[in-house]
Amino acid sequence: MHEVDMTKCLVLSMQEWRQQHAPHTPQVDRLHLQVGTFTCVEPDQLVTTWQAAVRGSWLEGAELAIETVPLVGRCLACNSTYRPDPQQAYRSPCCDHPMEEIVSGRELRIRSVDYRLLDPPSPTPFATAAAV
Amino acid sequence: MHMPLEDTLGLNLLAANQHQAEHNRDHFDAWRLLCLNVMSSPGAGKTSLLERSLAALATELQMAVLEGDMTTQLDAERLEAVGVPVVPITTGRACHLDAAMVGGGLKLLRQRLDPASLDLLWVENVGNLVCPAEFEVGEHRKVALLSVTEGDDKPLKYPVMFREAHCVLITKTDLLPYLPVDIERIEAHIRAVNPRCAVIRVSASSGEGLETWHRWVREQRVAVVTTPATRETAPALMAA
Repeated sequence: MHEVDMTKCLVLSMQEWRQQHAPHTPQVDRLHLQVGTFTCVEPDQLVTTWQAAVRGSWLEGAELAIETVPLVGRCLACNSTYRPDPQQAYRSPCCDHPMEEIVSGRELRIRSVDYRLLDPPSPTPFATAAAV
Repeated sequence: MHMPLEDTLGLNLLAANQHQAEHNRDHFDAWRLLCLNVMSSPGAGKTSLLERSLAALATELQMAVLEGDMTTQLDAERLEAVGVPVVPITTGRACHLDAAMVGGGLKLLRQRLDPASLDLLWVENVGNLVCPAEFEVGEHRKVALLSVTEGDDKPLKYPVMFREAHCVLITKTDLLPYLPVDIERIEAHIRAVNPRCAVIRVSASSGEGLETWHRWVREQRVAVVTTPATRETAPALMAA
């Protein structure tokens, strides 16, 4: 379940992002991720661990929208792109060339965040009283 | 509540781990040492290979090992017996080392020696062909082991690990006479997912291929250490 550790990394990145908006508290609606198929990440497990990790935190309710990016290779013999197939040992169907260049499929990316800003906390009555 | 907004981040999902990994690598570069991350499935022979390589290279290189293990320190004890400093890192539930765990191991190592006196730091990862491929620890090179008993389709089943490796060692070649396995097919499948890595056939039992493997290690050390160090002095270790 390395998705647990990946979720921890994701939460840390979001905490850093949150600080950019201080003193406002961003209310995150949706996180857009890109996950390539040539990675060790199972999107369903990432969603499950995310929901467990953010329960009760400022990120509770934030939805993960995961875009799956297919593995695409480029055949260096003829320069055409192809979908490598494990059954064919990932070789190019055009020239039977090994998978040298990966065009896409290695993505593990936080693409964007949908959010709303809450108002910053107003000064406390105590602070106002002290000023007077 | 205000209107919906969108921030484009374009961040790596593992950015937090990568920052710590880069921090570790900055240390390695400042100390002018080569760090190798050794990975494989459980039982492919990482510890046996390291026993041989530590013994063979000890006369020419100052070395230490960070030894990842889920629950025990058995492997660390085996390697310590060779006479090289070993720091065990017990990962608990985690099935891989991450950069923060290696950072913690470095702190312990610094209590025992000055890392600047080292030429080579080995990180023996937890036996697993899946997650260690995605979690950088700050290594300069990744080494993956695949034993001949595991079958020739492993590189196709766990392609990310073999794609990421700079060097793949096909281990336990002394067993080939007893197995219905075609080593040419193993090598062809490694090449299929990673045409550019070094592939070396070795046996820690018979010693076959070890000299070729050690030559590769020496070459990497020269390549890494002769690259100008990015910093003059080592930065303070980040709090774990």
